Amino acid sequence: MSRDLGLENLDINVKHLTRVEGHGNIVVDMKNGVLHKAQLDIVEAPRYFEALLKGRSFHEAAIITSRICGICSLGHQLTSLKATEQALGLAVTEQTVLLRKLLIHGATLQSNVLHAYFLAAPDFLKVGSVIPLVATHPDVVLRALRMKKLANDIGDAVGGRAVHPITCVPGGFTHVPSVETLRLLRGKLVESMVPDWLATVETMKALAGAIPVFERPTEYISLRNDHDYALYDGDICSSDAGCVPDSEYRRMTNEFIVPHSSSKHCKVSRSSYMVGALARWNNNHDKLCPEALQAAATLGLKPGCANPYMNTVAQVVEAGHCALDAVAIIDKLLEMGPRYEKPNQEPTQYGTGIGSTEVPRGILYHEYTYDRQARIVKANCIIPTGQNLANIDDDMKKLVPEVVATKSKEEITSWLEMLVRAYDPCISCSVHMLDVEFLE
Amino acid sequence: MAKPNVTAKPSATKKPRVAIFDFTGCEGCELNQLNFEDQLLDILAQVDIVEWREAMDDKAEEYDIAFVEGALSTPDCIKRIHDIRRRTKVLVALGACAVDGGVNAIKNLHPIEEVRATVYGKDQYLFPTLPALPLSAVVKVDHNVRGCPMTQAEFLRLFTSLVMGKQFDEPDLAVCVECKLNENECVYERGMICLGPVTRAGCNSHCTNFGQYCIGCRGLVSEPNLKGMNEVLTSHGLAVDEAWKRLQLYNAYRLQGVRA
Repeated sequence: MSRDLGLENLDINVKHLTRVEGHGNIVVDMKNGVLHKAQLDIVEAPRYFEALLKGRSFHEAAIITSRICGICSLGHQLTSLKATEQALGLAVTEQTVLLRKLLIHGATLQSNVLHAYFLAAPDFLKVGSVIPLVATHPDVVLRALRMKKLANDIGDAVGGRAVHPITCVPGGFTHVPSVETLRLLRGKLVESMVPDWLATVETMKALAGAIPVFERPTEYISLRNDHDYALYDGDICSSDAGCVPDSEYRRMTNEFIVPHSSSKHCKVSRSSYMVGALARWNNNHDKLCPEALQAAATLGLKPGCANPYMNTVAQVVEAGHCALDAVAIIDKLLEMGPRYEKPNQEPTQYGTGIGSTEVPRGILYHEYTYDRQARIVKANCIIPTGQNLANIDDDMKKLVPEVVATKSKEEITSWLEMLVRAYDPCISCSVHMLDVEFLE
Repeated sequence: MAKPNVTAKPSATKKPRVAIFDFTGCEGCELNQLNFEDQLLDILAQVDIVEWREAMDDKAEEYDIAFVEGALSTPDCIKRIHDIRRRTKVLVALGACAVDGGVNAIKNLHPIEEVRATVYGKDQYLFPTLPALPLSAVVKVDHNVRGCPMTQAEFLRLFTSLVMGKQFDEPDLAVCVECKLNENECVYERGMICLGPVTRAGCNSHCTNFGQYCIGCRGLVSEPNLKGMNEVLTSHGLAVDEAWKRLQLYNAYRLQGVRA
């Protein structure tokens, strides 16, 4: 029995995993070759958002739920607005939908770039953070900052600011970007973002050798529609179970409580499923623009990919689609002529509404019930990271026995950390919280 | 009363050691620090970042400046903030949650028994939960960067003051002053509730510049004229109760037990 490799006993405990959003611990417990535990413990303090929303005006719902998470604030706002608009019967215009789609592209770009360069890349280069890369790879870091800045510029121009946007309100926008602003954005996307994205694909290709080889086929769930690469709207589609309208979201999530996580877990057809960029790729790759498909081919990302570590690659691929489709949306807005429209805030009904969108980490659901004063009486939010947690645990339970014979404890720990980071988990989001168990 | 101004002016040879921490919140203020794309490398050149869980692996024993985001809402938070205070020379509260409790403090308005029972049902006594507190309710805070998310310009101003050893003063005017200077049409004239009259300026009236009402995220001025705001609301035919509710969004901790 070797002391280093082929461990019979393995005890891994990573407290407060770094380079992820929020607080989680990795726990592995193997005794005499039997794996007793391999899981991600979620120890984030619960937030009580459903309690915070109770009794609040429909004007405030998106403002409050945006504060579930800074990184996903735009996604929460738009999902919240869709739920509110459905509940209160508030129709929105074509311009509003286009501006929202433009904002989603900005937010997805910014989040995917942040994850690939700042959170994941340090693992591929075996450093602890992006900071040492400033000295060793200045061009790459400057490119990452340039891309992030431009992605945020979309949020600033359309949303008023990228983190907790201001202009998105029930029934429309309080402010519409001018022709000059849109033209300026378009120029920067074409001249800077697209070439930088192509360079990113090359950088990712050079690093691809550091991506662990590991496969575990699972169920992939994402939105899907006929008209585009579904981010703003669509049916809920599963690689196992087919498509259903988002009114059936509870059946497609089945939240349940586990003792090691202050965030609920989810399952549908199997013991777990995956949402996020890789699920979108697997379900909707046929809807991507040719340039993104070319990038996928370059990076070896194939339909039906079962390697969760490839989620980061799928993020890079879809970043290109977001950049190019943002240009197409701006062209359409310029053709229509952007104009201020008073937000439609006169409710025509009071009831329950469901909103679903694809945020960077996967499919997000909000459901609200309003009373006749347009105040919230009931709220429910189901978060992508919560949906991925059972899948992460299942990956760990398959991964640890596979690598225990050939890798040291340090290597296994590093692979597990990289696995969790590959999902780009957003733990603040996942503990929005209805039911919690706080371990510490 | 003027606060003694605490700075972290470096010795001639050493850069200030900076650490960044998060408690109960959305981590949007930290994200806003990563969003200084144009200034980030300059900022990094002025200091040594010795601990930042969201962005790096390293941990440190001591620091000159600790930037802390989030409210305190569990016994573990209380333990950790004491530890951070002990290790740092300067403690900066970053954003509405750390400064005033933020939206987390709305839960304080409901009886704690009710909140716990809603969330945990029969297991409500298994999990220690506290009312959400700002950092200053538990330890001494040297400086505030307000806003939700934190106002980036204010962060840069404070950061520069700290590394240069200069004085930093918080603005204590109402948002209305900045909004007027920006020549915006008054939100009240547009028939909407606005919290600008009692909310602390420093954001350059960012939300009202974009056609939205002031949501009060920077907290109250030191002596808010709540009665005056009631009069403005009434004279514009707006609901005082609804305005009061909106004011609680970011001021639930500070306004506990107060009713204008």
